[in-house]
Amino acid sequence: MSALKALRLRKGRTRLDITDVLSYLYLFAGVIVMFGPVVWLVLSSFKSSGEINKFPPRLLPYKQETVQVEGYEEPLPLFEVTFEDGSRQILAQVRRVGLESQMVDPANPGEIIKVHIDQRQPVEQVYFGLENYIEGVKSFDFGRYLWNSIVVTVVATALTLLVNSMAAFSLSKYRYRGREAIFLVMISTLMIPLSVVMVPVFLVVTRVGWTNNLLGVIVPAAATPTGVFLLRQYMLTIPDELIDAARIDGASEWRIYSQVVVPLAKPAMAVLTIFSVMWRWNDFLWPLIVLSRSEYFTLQVGLASFQGELNVQWNLILAMTVLTLLPISLVFAFLQRHITTGIATTGMK
Amino acid sequence: MLVQPGISPKEKVNRGAIATLREISGTAVNAVYELVISLTDLVFSLIQRIIGIRGMPYIFVLPNLLIFGIFILFPMLLNFVYAFTGGASFMPFDRPWAGTRNFERLLTCENYFEPRTCSEDLFWRAVWNTASYVVIQVSLMVLFSLITALVLNRSIKGRGFFRSVYFYPVMLSPIVVALIWKWILQSDGLLNGILVSLGFNKLPFLTNAAWAQFWVVVISVWAYMGFYTLILLAGLQSIPTEMYEAAAIDGANKWQSFWKITMPLLRPTMLVVTVLSVIRAVQIFELVFAFTSGGPGTATLYLVQYIYNYGFASPNKQYGLAAAASLLMAGALVILTLLQLIFQRQEE
Repeated sequence: MSALKALRLRKGRTRLDITDVLSYLYLFAGVIVMFGPVVWLVLSSFKSSGEINKFPPRLLPYKQETVQVEGYEEPLPLFEVTFEDGSRQILAQVRRVGLESQMVDPANPGEIIKVHIDQRQPVEQVYFGLENYIEGVKSFDFGRYLWNSIVVTVVATALTLLVNSMAAFSLSKYRYRGREAIFLVMISTLMIPLSVVMVPVFLVVTRVGWTNNLLGVIVPAAATPTGVFLLRQYMLTIPDELIDAARIDGASEWRIYSQVVVPLAKPAMAVLTIFSVMWRWNDFLWPLIVLSRSEYFTLQVGLASFQGELNVQWNLILAMTVLTLLPISLVFAFLQRHITTGIATTGMK
Repeated sequence: MLVQPGISPKEKVNRGAIATLREISGTAVNAVYELVISLTDLVFSLIQRIIGIRGMPYIFVLPNLLIFGIFILFPMLLNFVYAFTGGASFMPFDRPWAGTRNFERLLTCENYFEPRTCSEDLFWRAVWNTASYVVIQVSLMVLFSLITALVLNRSIKGRGFFRSVYFYPVMLSPIVVALIWKWILQSDGLLNGILVSLGFNKLPFLTNAAWAQFWVVVISVWAYMGFYTLILLAGLQSIPTEMYEAAAIDGANKWQSFWKITMPLLRPTMLVVTVLSVIRAVQIFELVFAFTSGGPGTATLYLVQYIYNYGFASPNKQYGLAAAASLLMAGALVILTLLQLIFQRQEE
């Protein structure tokens, strides 16, 4: 009996029991809760400014169909009209006067039919238009913000990797005076977030002359203790014999670092790359403080100030939000397995 | 490299071309890396010749130490200068000495549980808002990430997919998260639409204090739980399956093996998750800044926003108060971290 149980455990169940059903229910509810809001954002971003203010909202974006009628310059909107006798006909509206609407049959444009506006229903079709995106990009300097965000993310990640891996190499592969002290001071600041020292860091950045300069966003957070710690722990596992062998072969210390240790620490470097890209792309508070001129805004700062402006329509904000989350979502879609396993294995320590 | 499409089946050509392309780009990257190293090595070899091999570790740690010293360590010390001086000047040495006046102003209260009776009522409102937020948010965060990790740890079809689904919001920026939810929760939004079409009345999700606080908790759990789920899942997977098999052979049911094996062995991971989420929760700001910007009234005013308001946003900036408040907050974080260390000791 117990042996059978153990066997079943090892082979995996073939029949679904109640806990399996509950698990799948939980997971599918999770899919709706986690993805639903983003899907709703994307669907809404295609709605016209008239459609977006409708309450209660409809799931899909719609657009009223129009038709080109002989004798009228503009295309006319189509309605389905229900007459008193119950018959229905699709007509185009020429104009609306008060509660009355003047309509024509597209097949017979000469004759005007007058109907009460309650009798007509717009003829609509699902329509994913790019109008919001086009108009949004015009009023929201998307290209510039995107470029700034890319510069910040790429340069900051490269700098973080270089500076932190060098420090981690020094702290893990050499014995020298002051090493323990340096490591201790760095680790003790691990728990102190930037938000605690905002004011004095801003003073330093101002004195250096880096306000309204992407360098002011890039450099201060490049020496992250988290990164040093993560890389150091990994480099400790690289055997010292490899380094000694390279040294005997006459390699300089710089070549040992760049051609022996860094290639071997690739998995940890990859995790730090993922973290750094995530931090920098999504960073908001610090760029908000350092950058006050809009030509230096990153996407996050630009988006926040765009939604704070008066008279900005939700349909444009939503379209710009979609554009902002698109790049990181694409990165995630392609690298999700690496990202999740990387964080699960190294993120813990 | 161009290949004529007529010669061999198209797919084969494509695959061949991609492989070649990958090979070429791989060698190109390596060649560039090689070149950069050779060039930088000229400089570093020279340095090594001058200062000797014993000096090299200092050279390696120097760039990091410089940035760290200038932009983290030095500002931390400066923060003390700000906290113990007064006046409106931004330059630390133009500021008159104020002793502990900033701290006194923050900490003077007739009744600490009644922000109205404090000389800095906004500070205490922020303190209590943050404290209740941290307690509720962290409990929900740990609870939901634990449930999710346990479910994902079962033999589930499509585990990788579900794991990614829960992790996806972690990738989104706080601003994007705030805008997504603002759009759903606004008075004419999706959620009120659903309520109305079910025959209920609209609810003031963003304009009522209690609702706004509720949604800040929900949204932050939504946004970050995927991260903690991953860490807990890794903890669960490090528990050897032999232990469950042995327990099953000894006649333990699932419930017993959960409480006697899973929970005790998961405790270190749970502790890590709790501490990380507490530290993160204390610092809540960006999400709320774009979601309610502290409102309605002061319902969602949290500590970092209080510091930000006095340091950067308010027209009459009070750097001294902001710095004193941030030192108190740092003190709280240090105490929380020490508590974690003590718990960990007890565990071992």
